[in-house]
Amino acid sequence: MHKSRLLKAAALGSAVVLLAACGGSTDSGDSGTTPGGSAYAGPVGEGEGTLNVLAWPGYAEDGSTDPAIDWVTPFEEETGCQVNVKVFATSNEAFTLFQSGQYDVVSASGDASLRLVYGDLVQPVDTSLVPNYADILPDLKDKAWNTVDGVNYGIPHGRGANLLLYPTKQYPTAPDSWADMWEADSPIKGKVVPYNDAIYIADAAVYLMATQPDLGITNPYALDQTQFDAAIALLEQQKPLVAYYWGDLVKQGQDLATGTTAQSQGWQLTANLTNAETADAVGTVKPKEGTTGWSDTWMVKKDTASINCAYKWLDHLASPEVQAEIAEYFGEAPANAKACALTVNTNHCTEFHAEETGYWDDVWYWTTPTEKCLDGRTDVTCVTYDEWVKAWSTLTSA
Amino acid sequence: MATTAVTGGKPAGSMRRLRATMHRRPGLRVASLLALPMTWMVLVYLTPLALLFVTAFWTTDSFTGLTKRTFSLENFTDILTEPAYYTVVMRTVGIAASVTVLCTLIGVPMAFFMARVASARWQPVLVALVLTPLWASYLVKVYAWRTILAPEGPAESWLGASPGYGLPAVVLTLTYLWLPYMILPIYAGLANMRGSFLEAAADLGSRPWRTFRTVVLPMVWPSIVAGSIFTFSLSLGDYITVQLVGGSSLMLGNAIYQNFSVSLPFAAALATIPVIVMVGYLLAVRRSGALDNL
Amino acid sequence: MTLSRTSRWILGVAMALGLAFVYVPLAIVVVNSFNTSRLFQWPPPGFTTEWWQAAFQNQGVRDALVTSIFVAVLATAIALVLGTLTAMAVSRYQFWGRNTVSLLFVFPIALPGIITGIALNNVFTSFLGGLTFLTLVIGHGTFCVVVVLNNTAARLRRVVGNVEEAAMDLGANRTQTFRDITFPAMRSALFAGGLLAFGLSFDEIIVTTFTAGPGTQTLPLWIFQNLFRPNSAPIVNAVAAFLVLVSIVPVYLAQRLSGDATGGGRI
Repeated sequence: MHKSRLLKAAALGSAVVLLAACGGSTDSGDSGTTPGGSAYAGPVGEGEGTLNVLAWPGYAEDGSTDPAIDWVTPFEEETGCQVNVKVFATSNEAFTLFQSGQYDVVSASGDASLRLVYGDLVQPVDTSLVPNYADILPDLKDKAWNTVDGVNYGIPHGRGANLLLYPTKQYPTAPDSWADMWEADSPIKGKVVPYNDAIYIADAAVYLMATQPDLGITNPYALDQTQFDAAIALLEQQKPLVAYYWGDLVKQGQDLATGTTAQSQGWQLTANLTNAETADAVGTVKPKEGTTGWSDTWMVKKDTASINCAYKWLDHLASPEVQAEIAEYFGEAPANAKACALTVNTNHCTEFHAEETGYWDDVWYWTTPTEKCLDGRTDVTCVTYDEWVKAWSTLTSA
Repeated sequence: MATTAVTGGKPAGSMRRLRATMHRRPGLRVASLLALPMTWMVLVYLTPLALLFVTAFWTTDSFTGLTKRTFSLENFTDILTEPAYYTVVMRTVGIAASVTVLCTLIGVPMAFFMARVASARWQPVLVALVLTPLWASYLVKVYAWRTILAPEGPAESWLGASPGYGLPAVVLTLTYLWLPYMILPIYAGLANMRGSFLEAAADLGSRPWRTFRTVVLPMVWPSIVAGSIFTFSLSLGDYITVQLVGGSSLMLGNAIYQNFSVSLPFAAALATIPVIVMVGYLLAVRRSGALDNL
Repeated sequence: MTLSRTSRWILGVAMALGLAFVYVPLAIVVVNSFNTSRLFQWPPPGFTTEWWQAAFQNQGVRDALVTSIFVAVLATAIALVLGTLTAMAVSRYQFWGRNTVSLLFVFPIALPGIITGIALNNVFTSFLGGLTFLTLVIGHGTFCVVVVLNNTAARLRRVVGNVEEAAMDLGANRTQTFRDITFPAMRSALFAGGLLAFGLSFDEIIVTTFTAGPGTQTLPLWIFQNLFRPNSAPIVNAVAAFLVLVSIVPVYLAQRLSGDATGGGRI
């Protein structure tokens, strides 16, 4: 009798499997739909009571990390919208979490934002309902990673460049090129620290744009198969030079400060934090080949039940005061021009080149690579992001 | 006893009949005991596992990362034709095996001392000392090792040398993390062993080493295997430690983790590798009786 | 067994070295929690209690601690119910598929956590409408069953069978036998198993990463999020040092209450 019971259990198990395997076609899976839907008609009224926020660490601080760092509680008191914050570590994680449909707003970097738009997960945003949008730097408005076919899908949040970090002890004059992080005859073998994420493939492409113009790369996120293979070959050439791929900026900064590692691709934030401990230990430079960077966008879930709270949040986060707080806490350039007058460190905006339009000309903001080449080429197809990730996991597995 | 029987339970007639039936049919009793746990395990564990395996045969929409439910062997052919995955599987299994061997080498003498040398008063204290680290946070322990192995860190200043970050550091840290999982089953096995066996062997003139090899080892073997299931499996799936103390080459868990958010089907296909390895391991050790010693 | 003086001495040294291996890193955590350097410079340039104060005042830590305890208690409850039922079945009856049943319960802990994690994540998010506090508890409960099962089954196999039969021969019915014989015999094993289950759940990070819903932050998740943030990393060390010191309590309890020489020696 127990025999039959066990068999029944087994049968039940396999039935569920079959059901799932066959029933699939009716469920979701239809992808690549052109973005649709319309923006909230407004006006922004009474809050719905709660707002689930998905954010990069440091973007939605509610005092739980540091009681002094808190711009969520004032928002809650002002609007009555109770905020639940979930932070994520990578754009991929953000995308996966947002797919669950449990978050109303998300701070999406360019390598996630388009996927969210084309995955039909977010809705257009009517910027006229966000008063603070007026003060956002024109440089960041209507860009490929936040606007599709002229429709805005969010409010720009802030930006930063991925810089070359180096120990000042070892380099009295700043290096001006990425060459020692890439070339096989590099003098710093075993001391190179690249970023541990598939998006780093774009950094290889940026270097190739400068050193191998024959490849014809015009956008590091629009790589056809030949260009992509060249980028991967460059990464493979780099691998013997690599100490480790960083995922933890404390370790990254510490190792640079002690001179255990010699060059790393990273953030101004890392240098600032390390230098707070040991003055002037780590220098940063934007090498002559140009670099990658990020520009983030606050986006709203397609069918959110908290649309009013969401709009209030977008406006709150775009306000000069909050922009100033976040820019300093996180270490990036604010998107709101008025924030520059409010930072505690009066030089913050200068240090982070917030208003220098020219500085950002050779900074390639993270963008999701798509099959349809982002540089406008139509005669070839480009390598898609899942292939980037697969290639990255192959590289770090070998 | 009989009085309690009268005053104790007053089962209704139907209940009594049910109990009588149950008494005669142990199969029914087993079924009623197992109904809830088995339902739970099938629904909450086996079904998701089976679904994950099914997912491995699906593909991903290249742009949105959403899963497309069409059957394909693509993920598996991708893995099998890419030498890097062969390398990473070998590296990961190698790390797991090294950790297991190290844990055994460190754990057996400790367990032996605890069970057979320490006085009855000290035994519980030693068990407590071995158990305590299990309660300290995993992440913090890894972080501690990172501090120890750091350049100019404690290892260098006290021992004069540090393996630095890399595979040896990964093996060392994982050994540290999972050591209690090896010591405890061996200790339990040794503590339950009848002392008279050992004395008889000694009386028969066996030297300690010979006693150990011919009497003790065969008896604690199932416990060692039981411990090894933990040390091996926990190392096999780890993806955090290697990021903190490893070098430029990562482990299988990292490949699964990296692909999980972008292409679940590919991650699922990669995930079948450790499942196959572990199921093989469990089936191989089932005969040793280790599963009763967990 | 009569061990020679030399072998005793060698084993003693091995034990001491082993304990040093186990405790030196923990000592470093405790020392670092007083380190004035935010990046844990070694040797510490100075000592401060700042991080301990910050940790105690940190709302995030307190909330996460409460959540972790809550999850661990519920997961332990699930594990106790399912584990006891299964232990009673596998330890006292011979039936077809018994070994398979035992093996099945070992799986969630014998297969790497990342597998359990993504399998559950996949089902919860694609079929059951997303992750919540409950999905986390379910995930934890599932891999905790085995420790209760193993502790209890071992105890039942060792002591209970014959005594139960004797009680029934003397006229006790099943309920009485359970209440007067089986349960008291199992009690300390249940306690030991439950405590281990609690510990496993409390420190679990991988399955947690994949099954915790929005807003559900356990202590390991909090630690993971803050470990890499220079502003919070020293607070993490203080929290960790606190956990190391506090962990003596459950271990001590296990020793006192289990009455088993192994003190919950089965994992």
